[in-house]
Amino acid sequence: MKMQFRIMALTLCVLALAVVFLRFTPAGAAATGQIVGTVKLDGQAPHQKPIDMSKDPACAQVRNGSIASQESVVVGANGGLANTVVYISQGLTGNEAAIQSQAASIDQKGCQYIPHVVAMNVGQHLTVLNSDKTAHNIHPQPNPTGGNAQWNKSQLAGSGPIDVSWANEEIAIPVKCNIHPWMRAYIAVIKGPFGMSNDTGSFKLDNVPPGTYTLTAWQETYGTQTQKVTVGTGKPSTTDFTFKAK
Amino acid sequence: MAGKIFALVVLLITLATAYCVIAHVWWMPVDISVHGPKIDHQIEETVLVAGLLFIAGQLVLAAFAFLYGHGGNRIKQIPGGAKPLIIFAFVLVGTEVVALSSIGAKAWGAVYFEAPDPASLKIDVQAGQFAYYFRYPGPDGKFGALHPDLINEGNQNYFGIDADHDADAKDDIVTAELAIPVDKPILLSLHSKDVGHSFYVRELRVQQDFVPGLNIPIHFTATHTGRFEIVCTQLCGLGHYNMKAYLSVLSQSDFEDWLKKQAAAQ
Repeated sequence: MKMQFRIMALTLCVLALAVVFLRFTPAGAAATGQIVGTVKLDGQAPHQKPIDMSKDPACAQVRNGSIASQESVVVGANGGLANTVVYISQGLTGNEAAIQSQAASIDQKGCQYIPHVVAMNVGQHLTVLNSDKTAHNIHPQPNPTGGNAQWNKSQLAGSGPIDVSWANEEIAIPVKCNIHPWMRAYIAVIKGPFGMSNDTGSFKLDNVPPGTYTLTAWQETYGTQTQKVTVGTGKPSTTDFTFKAK
Repeated sequence: MAGKIFALVVLLITLATAYCVIAHVWWMPVDISVHGPKIDHQIEETVLVAGLLFIAGQLVLAAFAFLYGHGGNRIKQIPGGAKPLIIFAFVLVGTEVVALSSIGAKAWGAVYFEAPDPASLKIDVQAGQFAYYFRYPGPDGKFGALHPDLINEGNQNYFGIDADHDADAKDDIVTAELAIPVDKPILLSLHSKDVGHSFYVRELRVQQDFVPGLNIPIHFTATHTGRFEIVCTQLCGLGHYNMKAYLSVLSQSDFEDWLKKQAAAQ
């Protein structure tokens, strides 16, 4: 009889703890919503000129003869505009999901930055790799008044990765290579949830707490556009952007 | 004994050095330019005259070390006195320098004081950390104006050309490789985007510094087809060691094909 009481008491304690635990969960585990949409280009994209990399034969080695083109406007099938960063510019309360623990990464391969645009959170780590058989010198050029420091770092062929992070929001930091003038990338450092359009133009923002926000889409050539969006916990909210080709 | 060993070492070094030069062990690359022979001839004359004096001087040094060095007889006084010897040295070396300069001035003048052929193909060359870019005027024969504030390397506008608004700039052809037709006079105009650089093609016997703020003309005619390196020979920063471009000397028809392809890719 005493044994049964003990077991029942233990079970009740565990159940009580479970209830307590579940009631007082941190904000991040609360139900969140999503924003999905498409970014399109209305009109003809400007010609993306091919890049002549003959000044560094080691670039051609890795590329096996394939020709790279500049990537200032990348348009996929059905007019989808790629590499557009979509983020929340107004309405964040600071209770959003914590910084992504996984590091973002950017690679120097075939004497190009891959990917061309990196979107990441303030404080998140960025790993910079050099997969080429030649030296690179990555040089981010943040806004001088924005709080992020300007720096450049050499990576010889075969050298290890560089690990960096950014303390201030900036959309977006232009990146150049001091050795190969045609190399260009952008790093968008964002507070809160973000998404980036792929080559069909589709983007998705995850872990958006319910509320009303101003959503901004940034593209390196066409600049920014904003739209208001209301997010709930049910179906994802949809917002589309269309940039006009000049 | 030390004097004799020293003399032997000096003799061996002199003979080894002389052999390397006479046998052209490390000699100049093949010359592909019209003015090249004049420069090469000047170099050979200088090496010959200076070389003969070098060998003579080293032999005299070795002889004196052998005869009068540590362990041999001592010289009590320089025969004839020091003053005539010093005057003789001045006259000898001075004559050599003046002679080489006068003869060399002709080679220099042939390269730098001759006006370029008015029918030269004009090419604009821009050096910037750490690459060269070249601009051809296109069918209109005119170069568009340069606007440094429009330079956008991410969009491959390396020169800062305003093709949308400058009529002369519309047909300019910008390339990363310098291709020229063989046996035709070429006139390059060199300018720098940032700091000092240099344009050096050893086979062409052409070397010219870029001075920020100046447009420096150089002209030459290439006599052989082939692919040659243009290297930067003025320290310009951390990427200087890797700063180069390629000179492609092509037949007239190959050059025209190449230029058409480049124009299509603009």
